[in-house]
Amino acid sequence: MRVWLSHHSYALLLALKRLSGNPFPSLLSIIVIGIALSLPAGGYMLLGNLQSLSGHISGSPQLSLFLAMDSKPTDVSQIGSRLKQHPLVSSFKFIPKDHALEQLKQGSGLADVVDSLSQNPLPDAFVINAKNTDPIVLDRLHGEIQKWPKIDHVQLDSSWAKRLDSLLTLGRLAVLMLAILLSFALVAVTFNTIRLQILTRLDEIEVSKLIGASNGFIRRPFLYFGAIQGMTGGIIAWLIIALGIYLSNNALADLAALYALDFRLQHLSSRDCMSLLLFSTWLGWMGAWLSVTSQLSQIETQ
Amino acid sequence: MISFSNVSKRYPNSYDALTKVSFTIDSGEMVFVTGHSGAGKSTLLKLIGAIERPTSGSVIVNGQNVGALKGGAIPILRRNLGLVFQDHKILFDRSVFDNVLLPLQICGFDPKEASGRVRAALDKVGLLSKEKVKPITLSGGEQQRLCIARAVVNRPSILIADEPTGNLDSDYAHEIIDMFRSFHQVGVTVLIATHDAARLGGSQDRILALDHGALTV
Ligand SMILES: Nc1ncnc2c1ncn2[C@@H]1O[C@H](COP(=O)(O)OP(=O)(O)OP(=O)(O)O)[C@@H](O)[C@H]1O
Ligand SMILES: [Mg+2]
Repeated sequence: MRVWLSHHSYALLLALKRLSGNPFPSLLSIIVIGIALSLPAGGYMLLGNLQSLSGHISGSPQLSLFLAMDSKPTDVSQIGSRLKQHPLVSSFKFIPKDHALEQLKQGSGLADVVDSLSQNPLPDAFVINAKNTDPIVLDRLHGEIQKWPKIDHVQLDSSWAKRLDSLLTLGRLAVLMLAILLSFALVAVTFNTIRLQILTRLDEIEVSKLIGASNGFIRRPFLYFGAIQGMTGGIIAWLIIALGIYLSNNALADLAALYALDFRLQHLSSRDCMSLLLFSTWLGWMGAWLSVTSQLSQIETQ
Repeated sequence: MISFSNVSKRYPNSYDALTKVSFTIDSGEMVFVTGHSGAGKSTLLKLIGAIERPTSGSVIVNGQNVGALKGGAIPILRRNLGLVFQDHKILFDRSVFDNVLLPLQICGFDPKEASGRVRAALDKVGLLSKEKVKPITLSGGEQQRLCIARAVVNRPSILIADEPTGNLDSDYAHEIIDMFRSFHQVGVTVLIATHDAARLGGSQDRILALDHGALTV
C-alpha cells in the first residue's frame, strides 16, 4: 500500500513537473482539447435550453375540446369538474357558444353574416393547458377525452411541439455525432503529445528499464499527464461555454424583451459538468495509454 | 548464486559471442571476468540481468532460470541486482542525487527514507559534496563512482560491474576496486568485467578468462 502510494504520488508529481516544465506546447494542446470539447458540450447546453424554452412558450392552448350541439349546462359543469380533477390538466377555460359567436362577429368582419344566422352554429368549448408538454402524453390525453360523453371533437394543438421535439431529437443526434468525432480528435491530440514526450525521454525509459522499472512504472507518469491534460481541457471547455453564455445572454435579454419572455441561457448542470470533466479526463488517459502502449512495444522490439 | 551451464549466445547476423560457457559463482564470492576486447565479457554480464537472452544453455540466478523469465518477472530480477554499465547510462538531465534516487523510486521507497539512502550511497563513493550538480560536470572517475552509487543504493545481494575502471589511471582504478572489495566484505556477490585483471586482481581473486567467447580458465 505504501509502495503503491509512493509510486502514484511520484508519477503524479512527475507529470505535473513535465507539464509545468514545458508549458507552451502543453497549453496549446489543452486549448485545442478545450475547443474541441466545447463544441458538443455547448450544443448539448443549447439543446437543454431549447427544451426548457419549449416548456416556456407552452402558454398557448394545447387541447381544444368541442361539445356536442345538444349538450346542456349540466353536461358542461360535469365536464368542467372532470377536467378539474384530471391529473394531466394544469388549467382550463370554458368558452360558451354565445361568447365564441360574439368573438367571431368582432374578429372576422363577418358581422353581417353572423347576424343573419337564425341560430348559433358554434358549440360550447373548453381550452385546456396540459401539465406535460410531451407529445406522447398529450396524445394520450387527447384519446382519453375523446371518449367522454357529450364530446363532439377534441383538437390537439401539438403539431408545433411535435415539430420542436423532432428537431430536438435531430439536434441531439448531431451533438452526439460531433461528440464522438471530437472525442477521437482529443484522443489523437493526446496520443501525439505523449508520443513526442516519449521520444524526448527514450534515454530515461531505457535506463529505468535496465535498472528494474516495470512497464507500469514507465507508463504511469504519461497516463497522469494525459489525464491532467484532458481534465484541464475540460475546464477550458467549461470556461468557453460560460463565456459564450455570458455574451449571448446580453444579446438575448433585448430579444426576449421584445417577445415579453423571461428567458436566459442556463449553464450545464453541475452533474453534466462533472460528466464533462470525467469524460475529458478519461479521454486524455485513453490517448496517453494507447500512445505509451504502442511506443513501449515498439521500444521493446528494438 | 549464479550458474551458467553450456550457455551460448549468438547475436543476429553475427558469430557466437559466447560458446558453451559453464561456471558457478557462489553467493558472497568476488569474481573477475577478463578477456580481450570483443571476448564476450559484456555479453556474459548482460545474460545475468536478462538484458540479453542465451541462444542455448541456461542461466540460473538465485534459483531462477533467467533466460526463460516472463516480461513481468524481469524488472523484479533487476531490482535485486546492482548493475554498473560499460557505457554508464547516466541521465544527464538530472542531478547526481536524482540519478541515484531513480532505483529507489522504481522500488517505491518512501521519499524521506530514500533520500537518506541516496546520501549514504553517495557518501560511500565520496560524491556527497556533489549531490546537487549535473553529472556532465563530473570527471570520468566521478561518473564511474556515480554509477556505483546508483548500483548499490538499493543494497543488492549481487553487484555486477562492466569495466568500472575503464579509462582510469592506475591509482584511481585501484581505489574503485577497493570500493568493490568493501562491498564484497559485507557479503555482496561481486562480478567485475575488466580487460586488465592482471593489474587489478589480487592473487586470491577468482578469474573467469574469456577468449573469443569461450572460457579458458
Ligand atoms: N548487440 C549486438 N549485436 C551484434 N553483435 C554484438 C552485439 N553486442 C556485442 N556483439 C558482438 O559480440 C561480441 C562480444 O561483445 P562484448 O560486448 O560482449 O565484448 P566485450 O568483451 O565486452 O568487449 P569490450 O572489452 O570491448 O567491452 C563482439 O564481437 C561484438 O561485436
Ligand atoms: Mg564490454
